[in-house]
Order: sequence, then structure tokens, then C-alpha cells
Amino acid sequence: MKTVIFLLFFLATPAMAIQPDEILEDKVLEERARVISKELRCLVCQNQSIDDSDAPLARDLRVLVRERLQAGESDEKVIKFVVDRYGDFVLLRPPVKASTLTLWVSPIAVLIVGVILLLARFRKQAKNMPVKVQPLSSEETKKLEAVLKKDTR
Amino acid sequence: MFQRVTFLPLAIVFAVSVLFAIYLWQIGPGGKDISTLPSAMIDKPVPEFDLAPIEGRKLGLKSGDLKSGLSLVNVWASWCPPCRVEHPFLMALAEKGVTIYGINYRDKPADALRFLRNLGDPYKRIGADTTGRVSIDWGIYGYPETFLVDQTGRIRYRHVGPISSEVIETVFNPLMDKISKK
Repeated sequence: MKTVIFLLFFLATPAMAIQPDEILEDKVLEERARVISKELRCLVCQNQSIDDSDAPLARDLRVLVRERLQAGESDEKVIKFVVDRYGDFVLLRPPVKASTLTLWVSPIAVLIVGVILLLARFRKQAKNMPVKVQPLSSEETKKLEAVLKKDTR
Repeated sequence: MFQRVTFLPLAIVFAVSVLFAIYLWQIGPGGKDISTLPSAMIDKPVPEFDLAPIEGRKLGLKSGDLKSGLSLVNVWASWCPPCRVEHPFLMALAEKGVTIYGINYRDKPADALRFLRNLGDPYKRIGADTTGRVSIDWGIYGYPETFLVDQTGRIRYRHVGPISSEVIETVFNPLMDKISKK
């Protein structure tokens, strides 16, 4: 019984914001609409895409995206339509622009600085290390064994 | 060499702290509001639209109406509590002679009419946006929102959230003075 219940969990799918009446019959168009919806931010919730959000505005935008696709518009044109009204902020992946340069460049800059610091450190350590580790002489081995024996007693 | 390596991380932490301090100051005492988004519609002409009046009223609203002089366009709904909060300020503005147009967002006609009957009607014209489509053309995401539209029909400013006497005095009045002087 426990196993059955456990297996049933795998049948559960995440709850979706999208309502059955919004879904297009044309599967190709619907798939395109889903992809576009995942790229567009719901401005009411801001950290969700319109595909994830239950907000009325997100629903309106989902329907709008589907209507424009049905009218034969390209994906880019549909996205541009929304960006023209809501600005770049509506895009969950911000475009590379002069105003977003810090956002895109700073992670790379931090990575480069980190690598340089690490390299400097490794180099310093390598310099201080003796060139070759000498193996223990037979006398030293005996001594070591003696010490270890003493310790375990 | 040793000194530089220990100094660098400290310098980085210090620099980041200063940066955070600046951002914190901006949203605190600096008065920068990060909850509202910049509008993509600023300095663009108002979108083309033609909305029927609320059922039971006479004057609807279309883009052509917004080219006859400086005006405010207020997006509101009877079900929106902040709209109730800002309503007295709209009434005061209308009394002073400011032209205010309304876009009634996704409302039931009876509710919208009751709202106006109980609280007063500051609007010269109201378009009923029953599907929310025109509001999307305006780039609206929160309610209420208030736009300042100049005599040529261009959007000059957008305020998200309820207007208050402070917003009117510090933002709308100076802007309206500036635009009407030109």
C-alpha cells in the first residue's frame, strides 16, 4: 500500500496557471505561445513569468500573445509588441545594452579577478615549496616506527 | 607580497559595502522608489483606442479626446481599494480645473456608477475598458495609475499607485506648470 501511495506521487504534475480555455487547439502555436510566455515577466508578481502567474494581467497577456500568434505574427514581433508597452523589464532575460552592461560584465569581471588572485597565490606557494621531497632514510624509518609503536601502547 | 594578498580581500569587501550603503541610502533617505517601474510610454503619443462609455453614462473616451489640452488620465476600478484612497485628491484636482479622464478597468457598470455616485465624479470622460486590452496598450500593471498627457497627446509622466497631496504638490503641479508655460 505504501509503495502504491509513493508511486502515485509521480503522477502529480505541478499546478499550472494557464487555464484550459486559454490553450490553443493548434499544438504548434500553443507550444510557441508557451515558450514566449516563459520569457515574459508578470509585472504584478515580478519574479514569475506570465506562464507561471495567476494574476489577471498575466492571463490577459497570455491571451494576447496567443491572439497575435493566431493572427500570424512571428515570435519576435509578439515579444516586441509587449516590450513596446512595458519596457525591457518585462523580459526575464535582459538584453545586452549600454544600460545593462554592468549586469552582464560584472560576473565575468569578478571571475577574471578571482582567477588572477588564485593564480598569484598558487605561484607564490609553488615558489616557497622545496623542489623535491626526499624519501626517508632507513634510519629515519626505524625512528618513525619506534615513535609510532610508543604511541599505540 | 604577503601584505598585498591580505589587503586585497579586505579592500573588495569594503568596496562592496560602500556600494550597498549607497543603494540603501537611495531607497531610504534618498527617497528613490524602487517599487514602481519606469514606463516605456513616456514621451510617446497615447496609444490609439476608442472606448465606449460605462453603461449608463454618455461620454466614452478615445485617443482623439486627449489632444485638446493638458490632462490627466486615471486608470481606476471600483473594486480597487487604493482607487478609493486617491479619489478625494482627484476630486480636489477637478475642482481646481484640471481636466481628468478616466479609464475604468475591468469593472461592472453598476459598481462603477455606484462608486461615482457615492464618492463624486471628477472625470470629464470615462472609457470602459471591460477586456483590459486598452490598459495593456498603455502599459498598465498596477491600479490605480495616473498619466500626465500634454496638449499634443503625448504621455509625459506616469504615476503608479494612489496619488496623494504630496504627489500632486511635488510632481504633478510642477510638471503641469512647466508644460503649460511652453
